[in-house]
Amino acid sequence: MNKTILLMMLMVMVALAGCSGVPTKSVEVPELKVMTHDPFAVSESIIRQFEEQNNVKVVFLKSGDTGSLLNRAILTSAAPEADVLYGIDNTYLSRALDADLFEVYRSPLLDKVSKEFILDQSYHVTPVDYGDVCINYDRQFFISHELDVPQDLNALTQTKYKGLLVVENPATSSPGLAFLLTTISRFGEEGYLEYWRNLKTNGVVVVNDWSTAYYTNFSASSGKGLQPMVVTYNTSPAAEVYFASSPVTEPPTAAITSPSTCFRQIEFTAILKGSAQQDLAGKFIDFMLSTSFQEDIPLQMFMFPVLPDASLPQVFRDYVTIADQPASLSPDLISKNRDRWIQDWTGVVLR
Amino acid sequence: MKQNTSARTALKVDKLVKFYEGNPLLNGLSFIVGPEEIVCLLGPSGSGKSTLLRIIAGLEPFERGSVTWQGNDLLKVPPELRSFGLMFQDYALFPHLNVFENVAFGLRMQHISETTITQRVNRALERVGMLGFAKRKVQKLSGGEQQRIALARTLAPEPKMIMLDEPLGALDRKLREQLTQEIRQILRTTGVPAIYVTHDQEEAFTLADRILVLSNGRTSQIGSPEDLYNHPATSWMANFLGLGNVIKGVVLSIQPLIVRTVLGDIRCPPQRLKQSVDANIIILIRPDGVEIAHKGKNSFRGVVEDCVFQGDHYRTVIRVTGESFVFNLPDKHLPGNEVILTINEEKVIFLK
Amino acid sequence: MKSDRGWISIWQSIALWFVPVLFLGIFFFIPLGKIINLSGIFQHGLQLTQGEWGAVVRPLTFTIFQAVVSTVLTLCIGIPGAYVLSHFRFTGRELIKAALIVPFILPTVVVASCFNSLLGPHGMINELLMTIFHLQSPPIALLNSFWAIILGHIFYNTSLVILVVGEAWSKMNPNYETSARVLGANRFQTALHITFPLLTPSVLASSLLVFIFDFTSFGVVLLLGGPAFATLEVEIFIQATQMLNLRLATVMSLIQIVMTLGLAAVYAGVSHGQSFELTPHFKRGEALKSSPFPQKIFSLGVLTVLFMFFFTPLIALVTRSMTSYQSGSSIGIPFFGGASWSYYSELFINRHGSLFYVPPYEAVFNSLLFATITVFITLPLGVLIVLALRQPHRINRILDPLIMLPLGSSAVTLGLGLLLAFNTTALYKIPFPVLLPIAHGLVALPLVVRIIQPAIDAIPVNLAFSARILGADRWHVLRDIEFPLLKQPVIVSSIFAFSVSLGEFGATTFLNRPDYPTIPIVIYRFLTHPGQVNYGQAMAMSTILMVLCILSILCIQLTDQTNRERK
Repeated sequence: MNKTILLMMLMVMVALAGCSGVPTKSVEVPELKVMTHDPFAVSESIIRQFEEQNNVKVVFLKSGDTGSLLNRAILTSAAPEADVLYGIDNTYLSRALDADLFEVYRSPLLDKVSKEFILDQSYHVTPVDYGDVCINYDRQFFISHELDVPQDLNALTQTKYKGLLVVENPATSSPGLAFLLTTISRFGEEGYLEYWRNLKTNGVVVVNDWSTAYYTNFSASSGKGLQPMVVTYNTSPAAEVYFASSPVTEPPTAAITSPSTCFRQIEFTAILKGSAQQDLAGKFIDFMLSTSFQEDIPLQMFMFPVLPDASLPQVFRDYVTIADQPASLSPDLISKNRDRWIQDWTGVVLR
Repeated sequence: MKQNTSARTALKVDKLVKFYEGNPLLNGLSFIVGPEEIVCLLGPSGSGKSTLLRIIAGLEPFERGSVTWQGNDLLKVPPELRSFGLMFQDYALFPHLNVFENVAFGLRMQHISETTITQRVNRALERVGMLGFAKRKVQKLSGGEQQRIALARTLAPEPKMIMLDEPLGALDRKLREQLTQEIRQILRTTGVPAIYVTHDQEEAFTLADRILVLSNGRTSQIGSPEDLYNHPATSWMANFLGLGNVIKGVVLSIQPLIVRTVLGDIRCPPQRLKQSVDANIIILIRPDGVEIAHKGKNSFRGVVEDCVFQGDHYRTVIRVTGESFVFNLPDKHLPGNEVILTINEEKVIFLK
Repeated sequence: MKSDRGWISIWQSIALWFVPVLFLGIFFFIPLGKIINLSGIFQHGLQLTQGEWGAVVRPLTFTIFQAVVSTVLTLCIGIPGAYVLSHFRFTGRELIKAALIVPFILPTVVVASCFNSLLGPHGMINELLMTIFHLQSPPIALLNSFWAIILGHIFYNTSLVILVVGEAWSKMNPNYETSARVLGANRFQTALHITFPLLTPSVLASSLLVFIFDFTSFGVVLLLGGPAFATLEVEIFIQATQMLNLRLATVMSLIQIVMTLGLAAVYAGVSHGQSFELTPHFKRGEALKSSPFPQKIFSLGVLTVLFMFFFTPLIALVTRSMTSYQSGSSIGIPFFGGASWSYYSELFINRHGSLFYVPPYEAVFNSLLFATITVFITLPLGVLIVLALRQPHRINRILDPLIMLPLGSSAVTLGLGLLLAFNTTALYKIPFPVLLPIAHGLVALPLVVRIIQPAIDAIPVNLAFSARILGADRWHVLRDIEFPLLKQPVIVSSIFAFSVSLGEFGATTFLNRPDYPTIPIVIYRFLTHPGQVNYGQAMAMSTILMVLCILSILCIQLTDQTNRERK
């Protein structure tokens, strides 16, 4: 019994010691709260720059994937948890706008951004970065099996590619949804289900999330799976080089970026209605469009900056191809039909 | 229900050796149990009595020796087929079954018809005086009641031999005395041979036909209660059985037989002695072997250390030149008082 | 019968229930009400279309089916495991018991990875079989299948059965079985008529818990089963966070809750007549090497199965965390390229200057902190509830099933509910995410209660009575007699409460704060980008989590070492 008491006291002491070790927020500096999705990443030095320039403390609140993020923002809209929201993409844009969550803000830096990214003419949201969801393939596999790399979605239904593709469930995965939208854009609402039927006959493997697809099923990653083709981002080959455990001169993978095979995902930021720090929030959005932030994006988030002047890191220039004529559908269309499309897709592919 | 009263030995344990964590617990133990005989196993704690029972029941393996029943070696016979009864100090009544089901358990295992089971259970309950308790939950019973049910459960399947492992240890004195008599009665009526393990010498003396004293994994002495009482083999035995005061002495003369001890020169009844004059010897003086007297033969002086009322006598501790002795005296003497006691020659016993 | 313990009046019962009910009311029912309110059900009723009902019923039947199969198989492995681990002593026994709990705390992502490196197409087993039998393609295709789900569940939950049932079994008086044998029952009959009936309370309790865990399982179904399998929990997640259909998600949540209520009520009914007093009998257990041959073989067989099931994936994990290999090469041979600690050392470096870099010790500290707080919350509450449950008062029948509800609720409901109910209150404004251990506590509380309750019911009334006669008042009886007897179950339940907190992720995503990252969060972060370095670090961090868990459990078990020596 004594030993138990001793152990408990020890634990309490450790807990107290730990509490005192954590820095307390006793600073007088105002806080700017930014709500983001989980994949958000940024260099510490960049944020410190902003904090110093504006005498503010930036606090980030990670809130799950894009869907969860939006959901949380909607549910807490009466008493918003943050000042700035980042991470809404074009597939969720309309829904977000319909929920009337944001303040209008037009950043002066928006003039530099190409028109194709400014999907919201009412300036409730501001584009920050984009990425193309494309099929990546295992180069070694294709070489040793003497297979041609498919250049069109239709080719994936050929028997020589049977069982070689793994995709994610659009109901649970953002790249999965993006790929579904690619097929809808390519084959139209009348034809996409037929396409998927053919894919299914050709042994397409569906998993629930990107992690499983990439790290378990994909043959070129650590999982050594059975599928040499996976739906992921066009920046993934660069990541393979950047994060290789021993230096490589060539990535083991490459992306298929031919016309109508990829989907362009654009990510936005916005000021949440009800924020008490609207000025600072605006400054932060400007900051996100500034060169320093934009140039930080590629190696932190493996997405592309919307600022055309932002220079790309070497590994991007060497190993990443931008998609040629990526698929795109209007945010409104996506918003209206997404649930139905997913349901129909589920009926064809999963049942 | 009387057992077959053939003169054949019922149980024979021969040179049994059992090791426990590297040391011999039972070291060449041998004894027999005759039909209808109650043998008490007496011994200090840890002497392996319970283990011995478990071995006989077939629940534990052993290293050397044999256990035979009516001439048949039991080595290959599993416990459930030996038809022995075993009763524990903690009764081990099945808590999830009521009294009836507990007693009926052994019978159910024999696949007897339901009516016969009911008959036999009731008979067993009657024998232990617990008829009418059939539907009760075992948790609600008192200690004595549980003990009787445990006995009924053991008896119901009509075992060929019963083993009882300190069954009365958890009960108060009065209950213990009462139950000892009852068990004796029941065992006699059924005529089943029994091995009764206890560390209580009084219990052993009450119940046993023969007593087996265990020490160092072996039989120290076997005999009837009278044998043990009158002729304890060793001083250890006398101490263990609480037979009296064990005293060292030196032989002064053989005829008359006088021994010099710390209590003085004691005259003893004539004996055939191996020892000669000046030999070291050990004698036993029973607790009732002294009287308050004036000086005279076989008397000694001592100081009362303690005096406890025991009902028909006072258990008195007397201190003589630094050693303490226990005697039973008819009257009270206050501690600190000096007394003169005379030893009754008849109550002196020679030990090996 | 329980009414003998006639020393808690109805008022004292209410006093005992007061704090736990308050806790549940504030932190579970209010958030639940908030969610139901937001979903519009209060205003408009359920209003589900035909299609939506279908979307509810289909996952429901599958959920029940897989939970039943999982639970039955878990018992099949768990009960023999409980026998071996509670009856025999052998070197490494405590280590094995501690390691069995590790699955509880591992994020499913990691478990999926381990399974893959063991059972995947190029995993160790397939590679082995292919080399031995000269096969062209991997013979075992387990992932993304129904059996992967079942395996995952067994992997996660067997420790519950082994520890809870094992603990009860080790206290069982061996003389019951001995008496039965001598009375004519062979080993099988003894087990059937005596051993198992006496073990029923603990088997029932652990089965209930395992079933509820399997029923509300999320990660295993999502990652190991794949899209073809949808359980209620997965559907709730999809509807709530992807389809943003809170109404449908809430309906499903309510169904889950109703089912849990039903199960808890059935459990209460069945276990009501099952408790009997068992004088606890602390056995040291016989040394395995000196047991008779049949027992030895059986035990070794069980231990081998346990090893294969539970330790090989963990070994695969450790192997992966130390293997650095060239891209494109096979992983069939571990340590290809040499074992290296590079991923571990990488963990301590913020190589890319990321703002969100978390040094491992910080994540470890936070995880341990939350887990400790969770235990400190749940133990006292649990003990209060268990004491209140000893009396067969009417209120127990209502309140007892209610405690089980948080366990049977979706993590989404729990986490989201707490967030929405409290994000405007002062509770949320304190710099410390106090709601997080509270959420963990809500889930751990039913666990603690169900583990301790059968043990306290088994304490013989006579023990207390004798003490009372000797002059001890109620408090001293509790403290000096009954609490020491409860030490083992309390320890076992603390270990599980601790583990639940360490491995919880669902509710955590809603409630955590950026300056208190926990280990699962760090692990997940590594797996959002491609690259061996990321994968390796995820595995390394998971191994650290695993080692931490084992050490904590061994520490906790050590406090009871003195008890164990006693015969």
